[in-house]
Amino acid sequence: MRGRVVIAVVAAVVLAGVAVGFARLSGDARSAATLSAAPPASPSARSPLWSGVLARSTADGAEYGRLVIAGPRGREVLPLSCVRAYAAGGTGICLREQADAPGSYETVLFDRSLRQTWSSPFAGVPSRARVSASGRMVAWTVFVQGDSYAAAGAFSTRAGILDTRTGDVAGTLETFAVTLDGRPYEATDVNFWGVTFAADDNRFYATMSTRGREYLVEGDFAARRVRTLREGVECPSLSPDGTRLAYKKPRPDGTWRPAVLDLATMAETPLAETRGIDDQPAWLDDRTVMYGVARDTRHADVWAVPADGGGRPSLLVPDAESPAPLG
Amino acid sequence: MYLSTARLAPVARTDGPVRRLLSGNVLALGLVSLVTDVSAEMVTAILPAYLVLGLHLTTVQYGMIDGLHAGMTALFRLGGGYAADRWRLRKAVAGFGYGLSALAKLGLLAAGPSVAGIGGALAADRVGKGLRTPPRDALITMSVPEPMLGRAFGVHRTMDGVGAFLGPLAALGVLALAGSGQAFPAVFVASFCAAALGVLLLVLFVRDRREPAVRVEPRAWSPPWRLLATAEFRRVWLAAVLLGLVTIGDGFVYLLLQRREDLSIMWFPLLAVGTNLAYLLLATPLGWLADRIGRGTTVAAGCAALLGVYVLLATGGGSIPLILLLYGAFYAATDGVLMACTGPVVPERWRTSGMAVVQTGQALAYLVSSLAFGAAWQVWGPAAACWAAAAGAALALPLCGRWLR
Repeated sequence: MRGRVVIAVVAAVVLAGVAVGFARLSGDARSAATLSAAPPASPSARSPLWSGVLARSTADGAEYGRLVIAGPRGREVLPLSCVRAYAAGGTGICLREQADAPGSYETVLFDRSLRQTWSSPFAGVPSRARVSASGRMVAWTVFVQGDSYAAAGAFSTRAGILDTRTGDVAGTLETFAVTLDGRPYEATDVNFWGVTFAADDNRFYATMSTRGREYLVEGDFAARRVRTLREGVECPSLSPDGTRLAYKKPRPDGTWRPAVLDLATMAETPLAETRGIDDQPAWLDDRTVMYGVARDTRHADVWAVPADGGGRPSLLVPDAESPAPLG
Repeated sequence: MYLSTARLAPVARTDGPVRRLLSGNVLALGLVSLVTDVSAEMVTAILPAYLVLGLHLTTVQYGMIDGLHAGMTALFRLGGGYAADRWRLRKAVAGFGYGLSALAKLGLLAAGPSVAGIGGALAADRVGKGLRTPPRDALITMSVPEPMLGRAFGVHRTMDGVGAFLGPLAALGVLALAGSGQAFPAVFVASFCAAALGVLLLVLFVRDRREPAVRVEPRAWSPPWRLLATAEFRRVWLAAVLLGLVTIGDGFVYLLLQRREDLSIMWFPLLAVGTNLAYLLLATPLGWLADRIGRGTTVAAGCAALLGVYVLLATGGGSIPLILLLYGAFYAATDGVLMACTGPVVPERWRTSGMAVVQTGQALAYLVSSLAFGAAWQVWGPAAACWAAAAGAALALPLCGRWLR
């Protein structure tokens, strides 16, 4: 018996040493990428660069995970690390890891000088972020585990919206009244993700899933209502002129292709991108859609493609994902 | 946490050498479960982040992976139970299951971004869980005299619960050590280390009962479900199925709580923590109580607690801590106790199979009930669905009490 106890104790110590040692080592390799989420010191010089494309860098090294601005003057690396980000109208949103609590995430809003203006922690894993063109409305989507109304261990999404002017927050769109195919609908398995805002800062579009189907919904933030428009549209993104939605079109094999929906005619135009993408598209301008394409699990590039279905995809920002146009 | 993966446990009595209460074997099995649950819950805690952030996996892909092996666990449970009985290899089968789950952690590490690889590793993990649970519970029943089974299972479930409680904390600790929320490989390695320790503890300290060479009916191939031919066993099995049928699923309970209190999603994970805390604190005293006042009575009391939960959810009464306490009490009064009821009604020769049959019946019933509750919610609305669940619990209360005398 004593011999076995000794073996067990020794083994426990060795295994604990392996676990701790491995964590330490993997920590050293990564610390460079996760440090500094602090606001910058010199805000004034930033403004001229507030144009081009804001994206999250996937370039290896100290730049990994930082926000970058790719513009006429080249690529500038910002001191802000985010998992997902977006910016418009002078408001930026950054979903990032909390500095003092690895594995926990928070939503941070920042202004043109990258000063933090609002923050709120959330339980879940960041997925999407969006800001209305005016910069007033912001939305985020996170994955959460524990709803398990479906398969054990499956996880679901929560999408939240904040009105930065009034401070009005909808923590999850699941509390909104749903109209599905014209009829009131209530179900436990409703999930929302991928919000995009209209110019009036009240209407929005998003994806809603229930019973294994994904719908495009049009929402009214003030009235706390959404209604379904059609199926097969995920992560919509409204064009600057407000007439079309770019989105991921789900395909039977589980991948997505980008497409554009004309809201007046409900006509769908597949874009000239044949690779599978998993990103909420963004509009570079009224004629061009951009989106991240993963090269592997750690690296991605931002590509652009004409919104009319013609042309060919072109590389817009190498080593980046999660793009946002900056005026 | 335990969300939904119905935790089923079996029971037995001893007719062999009587050991002292809470024999070393029970503590050893409890310790193995504790360490293994730390390992499992570490991975569970970071899996969503790993799949979404680390691998850019989509929910659809994850759903496909997950759906693949829901049914497999049940199959392996029965198969493993049969093998353990047939060849008297309870410890070996349990050890194989624990070992497989441990290797699955390395599999996650090795799979890298491969969706098929991750699916395979997660499947191996579930197969391991299916294989090890019935023989583990059979070993518990063989470690203490029959009148103390409730206590034995209570202690085991408490230790199990402590492990589940510590797992997510351990994961956070590893992430903090690494200084990054995305140090997933470090968590997998730590999880493997814990699981490997669990296997080692099993090998070193858990003893299988060496029965005298059995006069085996040489070709009497007896499928596990043949057990259902005896009325005693059938009653226990029916009680387990009934319990499965009236359990609507943790996800629904937490969702209802979250909706009615408009709980910030920050607090959402704490609901499971609260239930687990109540469960692990109450499992031992309620197991002890079951030995004193009767197992059927204790399970019936558990049904009463569940009834309370449903009524409070339907009416909007009660506070969240009260509801979580009742819900944890329900699990504590039924999970281990039900297994303590199973042992004595199965011939020792087929004890592992008996446990597996009871557990599988409960798990399948549970699957049906969550689907039914989801449908009821959709058609009648949440309050009416809760009243229906309450009616089910009210019906189960006297029936379980009678069947499990």
